[in-house]
Amino acid sequence: MTQIELRGVEKFFGEVQVIRNLDLFIDHNEFIVMLGPSGCGKTTTLRAIAGLETIDRGDILIDGKVVQHLKAADRDIAFVFQSFSLYPHMTVYENIAFPLRATRQSKAQVDLAVRQVAEILQITPLLSRRPSALSGGDMQRVAIGRALVRSPKALLMDEPIGALDAKLREEMRAEIKRLHMKQGSTTIYVTHDQVEAMSLADRVVIMHEGVLQQVGTPEEVYSRPANLFVAQFVGSPVMNIAEAHVAEEHGEARVRMAGAEQGFSFPRDLLGRLPAGSAGNGIALGIRPEGIAVEREPREGFLPVEARIIEPLGSHDIVDLQVGSQMLRARTKSGFVPRPGERVWARIDPVQAHFFDTQSGRSLGVRL
Amino acid sequence: MAAVRTSTERALNRLAIVCVLIVTLIFLAPIYWIASTAFKPRELATSVPPTVLFEPEITPFVKLFVRRSQLREPVAPEVYDEAPWWEKLVYDDGERLVRSGRTGEVQLSGYPDRFLNSLIVATISTILAVGMGTFTAYGFSRFKVKGESDLLFFILSTRMLPPIVVAIPMFLMYRAVGLNDTHAGLIILYTAFNLSFSVWLMKGFIDEIPREYEEAALVDGYTRMQAFFKIVLPEAATGIAATAVFCFITAWNEYAFALILTNREAQTAPPFIPSQVGSGLPDWTVIAAGTFLFLLPVAIFTFLLRNHLLRGMSFGAIRK
Repeated sequence: MTQIELRGVEKFFGEVQVIRNLDLFIDHNEFIVMLGPSGCGKTTTLRAIAGLETIDRGDILIDGKVVQHLKAADRDIAFVFQSFSLYPHMTVYENIAFPLRATRQSKAQVDLAVRQVAEILQITPLLSRRPSALSGGDMQRVAIGRALVRSPKALLMDEPIGALDAKLREEMRAEIKRLHMKQGSTTIYVTHDQVEAMSLADRVVIMHEGVLQQVGTPEEVYSRPANLFVAQFVGSPVMNIAEAHVAEEHGEARVRMAGAEQGFSFPRDLLGRLPAGSAGNGIALGIRPEGIAVEREPREGFLPVEARIIEPLGSHDIVDLQVGSQMLRARTKSGFVPRPGERVWARIDPVQAHFFDTQSGRSLGVRL
Repeated sequence: MAAVRTSTERALNRLAIVCVLIVTLIFLAPIYWIASTAFKPRELATSVPPTVLFEPEITPFVKLFVRRSQLREPVAPEVYDEAPWWEKLVYDDGERLVRSGRTGEVQLSGYPDRFLNSLIVATISTILAVGMGTFTAYGFSRFKVKGESDLLFFILSTRMLPPIVVAIPMFLMYRAVGLNDTHAGLIILYTAFNLSFSVWLMKGFIDEIPREYEEAALVDGYTRMQAFFKIVLPEAATGIAATAVFCFITAWNEYAFALILTNREAQTAPPFIPSQVGSGLPDWTVIAAGTFLFLLPVAIFTFLLRNHLLRGMSFGAIRK
């Protein structure tokens, strides 16, 4: 049961500002994932909350108390490092017991706590081993065990499964989620992997170049990205972004890609809902590959386009479509478009389309 | 992993082993020479060609530890018969023990004291140099220090000049402050010698220890000092052992300053052993015995730390 709050936090490394005016509120037992490319400031933020990094401006509050002047040891927070950082000269048991030994508990209490945590993480048989004799996944379990053993106020994890191979990552992801549902402690989890973020988070915090981009549930950041960065960072394959102009033709709205002769048809509503002036000046249209319908025959409302590249992915194909000077990637059934160079017909699903300001990159907030 | 080897590789491997053996023999030859001379009868020590097979005796070691003088005339048979076995060995070589005038006690030679001095000076200066070096290296490794590279260069620069160049100023300074012929004087000097080496070597080792180890301890409720002693020191044990061996060897073997700055009270073994050449006809067996015993502590120290040393040599290469 812990709340963590950041108010106007700023951090510089020399001349470089790595965190810019960051405000964030994390509620009791929430699982927050901080997501962003490397160098976006997410790890620095996490380390600042833990007390491993000082901040230059702003406040960090844990349960309403300002803590940025407290030492890491006095914040009662646990940290799981990407490198696991298990002490090689101690056994697994000693590693897990290590945080408790700082608290002057009796031997029996320490033993009980270590065995309980080991039981939860199913590492009891490993207790007498040295970390060097463990597999990557077990190292991670021990590292989490060391973090959980003293029931900290909050659990911070810095890319805890980034060093594992893909299959193990998937297993550990599920395990972390299960653990959180069982233990339910406030957790902040840093990763650059959007799949991890989407599958684990109650809320995702997306950062870029030290600036908070969007905070929201995985569903929100996926279906209502606040700006072009979020739109392209979340989701795989990446959302198509195309320069487009919106105009009225034959009583409906037409969205014409740069360099294209014809426009995709959209409900007339769109014209009224776009901010004044933006329609003619051009906007950035965002559409996920699954939002583009592809047919092999001409259909009402479909535009002829050329399929350029086909990537077969087994369950489905990703087809690159040339529309004017822009390339749109569409998701089709496996083998739907047989050869590159084919002429096909495409339509953009207006409901799944996103509109962004080309200058600021911000979402125009238009949903059809 | 199954090693697939061609016959050429095997031949090359054997050739390498032969080369290593030859080099090892060349390196060990002088040590064998000294060790064998230490157990030789006096007349065989200087025989040409050198005697390889002989009956070892410990007369040189007995003579090393006691003060002796030449026998003017043969010793009386009843005196010889009553003498303990070790005194007989001295009589056999045509010498007698020097006893103090009143009590008749056997007088020791200067060697045991010099040996003890060497132990005291080398041990304490090693502990100081490695201890201070480890702390300094930790500071440089973990904290932002203003002018870090300049300071490190300055520390290293103290080794850029042959130490003997400053021998005369050191002698005058030591005389002025009364450090001549004291243990403290040599300890300070050897610590200063070794400190730069120790800082640089330890910095390399501590840089290799991931910061996360300490950060984990800091988050887990430990102070930085506790984290240093509980995490960094055990992790740096290999580096500390390697550094300690090198510092100890340097301090143990140092000759020039020991010769200049000490003469009786604090004199170490290196300047003492050759000084025995001059008294009468040089008795090489006794000098060899002194040298042989002098080799042992370093050999034992290095042997005890051999595992750490091996790991120290390959540090960084095998870490995941």
